[in-house]
Order: sequence, then C-alpha cells, then structure tokens
Amino acid sequence: MTFVLTWLIGRLPIGWLQLQHNRTRLLSAVGGVTFANVLIFMQLGFMGALFESSVKAHRSWNADIVIASSDFRSIRELNPLPRARMFQALAVDGVAEAECLYVAPKTWTDPETGDTTTFRVTGVRPDAHAFKDERIQSQLHLLREGDVGLVDEGSRQFNPHISENIARDGVHQVEIAGRRLELRGLFHQGASFDADGALVVSDQTFFRMLPQFRAGTPSFILVRCDAGADVERVMADINASFSEADARAFTMEGIVRAEQSYQRRQTPIGFVFSFGIVIGFIVGLVMVYQVLTTDVQDHLPEYATFKAIGYSSWYFLSVVFEEALSLATLGFFPGLMISLVLYHVAAEATALPITMPWTRPLMVSGFTLLMCTISGALATRRLAQADPADLF
Amino acid sequence: MGPASTDSPRMLADSPHSVPAIETRGLCHSFGGGEAKLEVLHSIDLKIERGEVIILMGPSGSGKTTLLTLVGCLRSVQTGSAKLLGQELLGADERHLMNMRRHLGFIFQAHNLHNSLSALQNVRMGLEVHGRASLKQWRVACENTLKLVGLGDRLHYLPGKLSGGQKQRVAIARALVGNPDVVFADEPTAALDRATGQQVVSLLRRLADERKTTVFIVTHDHRILDYADRIVRMEEGRIIDSTTAVQDLAE
Repeated sequence: MTFVLTWLIGRLPIGWLQLQHNRTRLLSAVGGVTFANVLIFMQLGFMGALFESSVKAHRSWNADIVIASSDFRSIRELNPLPRARMFQALAVDGVAEAECLYVAPKTWTDPETGDTTTFRVTGVRPDAHAFKDERIQSQLHLLREGDVGLVDEGSRQFNPHISENIARDGVHQVEIAGRRLELRGLFHQGASFDADGALVVSDQTFFRMLPQFRAGTPSFILVRCDAGADVERVMADINASFSEADARAFTMEGIVRAEQSYQRRQTPIGFVFSFGIVIGFIVGLVMVYQVLTTDVQDHLPEYATFKAIGYSSWYFLSVVFEEALSLATLGFFPGLMISLVLYHVAAEATALPITMPWTRPLMVSGFTLLMCTISGALATRRLAQADPADLF
Repeated sequence: MGPASTDSPRMLADSPHSVPAIETRGLCHSFGGGEAKLEVLHSIDLKIERGEVIILMGPSGSGKTTLLTLVGCLRSVQTGSAKLLGQELLGADERHLMNMRRHLGFIFQAHNLHNSLSALQNVRMGLEVHGRASLKQWRVACENTLKLVGLGDRLHYLPGKLSGGQKQRVAIARALVGNPDVVFADEPTAALDRATGQQVVSLLRRLADERKTTVFIVTHDHRILDYADRIVRMEEGRIIDSTTAVQDLAE
C-alpha cells in the first residue's frame, strides 16, 4: 500500500502513514465517514422511494395522454373533471381510445389483524384496456360481477391469509365502506407515502363504495393515440379543443413529472429528506474535520521540522488532503455495503420501492469527496501554527 | 507532489569555497514592539568560513538561539546584514528563505522524528525535499547515512522502538543525507550518553574536514569543545569572546 502510494504521488505518503499509525483515530474517522454515508444513502433511498412510489399508479396505466382537472397537482388531491372532455378528446385527430378512471382513497380495517389500511381505490370499466400492468389487465374481466375487487399484495403489512384464500377458494371476502367486497384477484404495486396499497374495482362498484362520486365526473381520462401519432401534438390539440379551462391533458411523462414535482416542492417530505442529506453531510464534515485537526495539531512539531528542512506550505496542504481522500475512500465502501443491507431491510418493512440506482453511489462518493475536502481545507488552517522558529 | 524547487538546489554548493559560510554585520534583533520592545541581539559581527566547526556557548537568554534561527533562515532578519553562503538574508521573502533552508541541515535538541515513519523513511524526508531527481538513488543514500551514524541494522524501526540516542542519530542522518553546506545543531548531545555524544560530534568534525561542511553547534556540553575550531561565547546579546579551541582549553 505504502509502496503503491509512494509510486503514485511521488513522495512518501505521510498522510496515509500518519493515519495508519493511530488506529483508533483512523477507525473513528472512517466510522464517521461511513456513518455520514449511510445517513445520506438512507435519505436518498427514502426520497427516491417517495418519488418512485408516488407515480407507480400512473405508470401502471395504459395511456399515451392523461387528462386531469386543470388544477391537477397530485393523485393525493384530486378534483373531478367533466366526462364531456373525454368525448371532446375522442374527436381530436390521432386519438384512438379514451377511458374514464375514478380514483379515491378508502380506509379499511382488517378484522383479523385489526390493521387499518388506506387503499387507493381505482374504478374502471371492466372491458377497458386501461392498464399496462398485465396482471391487472388480465383480471379486469373478473370485475364484471358487482362488488368484486383486485387487491395489491404489495400493500403495507399485507395479510397473507388474503392471498392464501384467493389461491385456494378464488375469493376472500371483506367488508369495506359498509358493503361486502369479494377480493378475487391479486396484483403487485406496493405502498406509497400516502396510500398503503391499491385496490381496483369496476366503475359501478366504485360508485357503490363511494356514493359521492358520479359517473359524469371522473378523476382522470386515459387517452391512447393511433399508432404512429405525434403524442405531443395530439396533446396540444386536445388542450386546444377544451373551450373551458377545467381540464388539462398531459403526456404520460408529463403527468409523472407533475406528480413528482408536487412531491418535491409542495409536500414537506421532499424538504425533510433534503434536510436529512444536508445533516448527514455536516455530521461527516464535522467528524472528519475533528480528526484531521487533531492530527495536524499532534504533528505540528514534525511539520515545523519539515518546514525547517525546507518543505513548502503546499507540501503540508497535500498531506492533509491525502489524509482527507484516504478517509473518504476508506469510509465510502463500508457505507455503501451497510446501506445496501439497510435498503433491503427498509424495503421489507415499509413496502416502499427502496432501491439503489447505479448513479447514486457515484453521487454519494462525490459528496463524500467534497465533504472530506472541505474538512481538510478547514483543518489546514492550523498548519500556519507550525513555525520552525519555535523548535528551539 | 514534491516540494517546489525554483533555484537549482546545487547552485550554491558549487559557489566558490572562498565565500564565507556565514557572515553577519551589525545584526540586531528584537522581539515585541512599542514599550515592550526587547532587543535580544546587539550588533553581532560574526564570520564563519567553509569547513569550520563553531561552538556557540552562553547562558540561556543570551541570544544564541535567536542568532541560530536568524542565520538558519528560520526567522526574518530585521536590521543589519546576515549573509548565508554569500546570499543576503535581510529582506529575503519566505520563499527565498525556504529555498535557502534546503542547503542546510538541522539537528534539534528534541529529535522531532516523525513517529509514523521508519528510520529509513525519516531519513528519506531529508532527501525528498530536493525533489524527484534526488530520489533516484535514495535507498542507497539513506542506508549509507544511517550506517554512518551506526544504525545500519535499524533501518525499518519506527522511532517508538528506538532509544533516545538512536532517535537523535536518525535525526542527524536526516540532516546529513542531503549533503548540506551548513549543519546547525542545537544541543545535539543533550540526549546522548558520553560515548555516543563523542561519536556524533566526531562525525560532524569528519564531515567538516572531508566535505568542507560548516558546522554550527549551540551547546552547554564542555565534553565536546575540543572538536571545535573556534568557540564563540555570548552574553546578553553580544559576542564577548571568540577563541580557538586550543586557547580555550589552555584557559
């Protein structure tokens, strides 16, 4: 190691040797970097899950264009729009099909476990081609009978009896909103921050469960374009066809972006996690700074000696940065490993899609380098105290 | 990143040996300012030739350490003239002083070895300051210097595993490995037993004779006086007496 470093930087790797010499200090510094890394990774993991889970429902839809009320901000806070907009959209060139979607939250308490689950209930015509998600789409025909539902097995704390019963008897009966509902099929979507799971029912069942909803006022209108149509242009044409400003068409990507930007800007959640990242950064910064400053302090006589021999201030700066970078490297990899394990644990516990995209370690390693460099830069202020004239 | 070397490090070594190693004229120095201003050196005139071994003696507070740090380029000269190897130090900036220091070897009372570096690596630090070019034969040079101080069998020992005398000898090897023109030593024998102390000073004496290295020693140790060419005594910031060793012993 020392040999490789010597060859690499063209001088003795004093910083590395210093760190290595005091194992307790090295461990505590590396621990600090690791801790900061884990903190940042977890915050990013939760934040990523927030953005990912908030659009899982949207992504399951089979649509090129989604029409929502003009004040659409989030699937959590929906306002209805007139169904007449669907017929207007169907008249636009390039539109092949359109479908109404009714969405609302509904709370259900499992009598077996006493757990309360908030479902995001989606009502749709059983004959519609409304879902890209194969499992939902292939079971939609089951909903032709009334009071039948498909349930999300990825729901938070999903009761395994439900899937067992469906597998054995083809049905699991529940009572929801004072009505019986037969759960006949399963699909997998997973929880989000505002809903514990998803439930898909027919539009008729939806109106029975949620009597305040009317068929004439859907939550979304899903639009599929003709093959080869220019989706952007069709969307613009649909928007142009609306005489009243009560509805707005988005492309699929557009509504996903709108939803995510709402989560980031309008909810405290995005802020809380960004804040957590900053805190993790500062914790790491302070811990590394502490260690580097103590280390510089301890070696002032040696540094003063080296100054007396003729070493320049740059030399000592490079030693401190060498230490900072060593700490960043040594702390990053265990941090990544621990985070991967914790991601797995947290994903199991919360039913959130907490995953590690390959870009994230790159970003966090960048953060770590920056963090250690700033700490190093702060610690070098002490170097000025190394005065060779004090050696005598 | 090696230390920057703007001047050619060997330039001064090639300068004629007729130039005195150290020459001061009217050198004064004071600490503090205003009412509290304290002058510790009063108009020092001192000339030391190449290859001379000088011992500077005097009670503590007599200004000998201040003199050493001034001609050793560790402090800026305030008034008067101080020339090191023919170069004027008055008005020299930090960068110039730093480059001058690379021609010097320092042996401190406290050895100031780097605890995380082996004996060999500590000695290498004395060589590395001259840049990459000096490192080609570093291992041979460092080993030879350590052998010179009798530590050829302790190359890979960390300072923590060496005795006080051995550490001091490593520090001496570090000061000598770069073939300095002038060696400054502050109480070099204080941490050594009599035999080792004699050994070290005779080593410095040999360097002076063979390589024309100038040796400037500040000490209280009377046992080493007979190795010096000249003994300079200071008191209250003035040189009171400059005698040859023979004269001194005669007294």
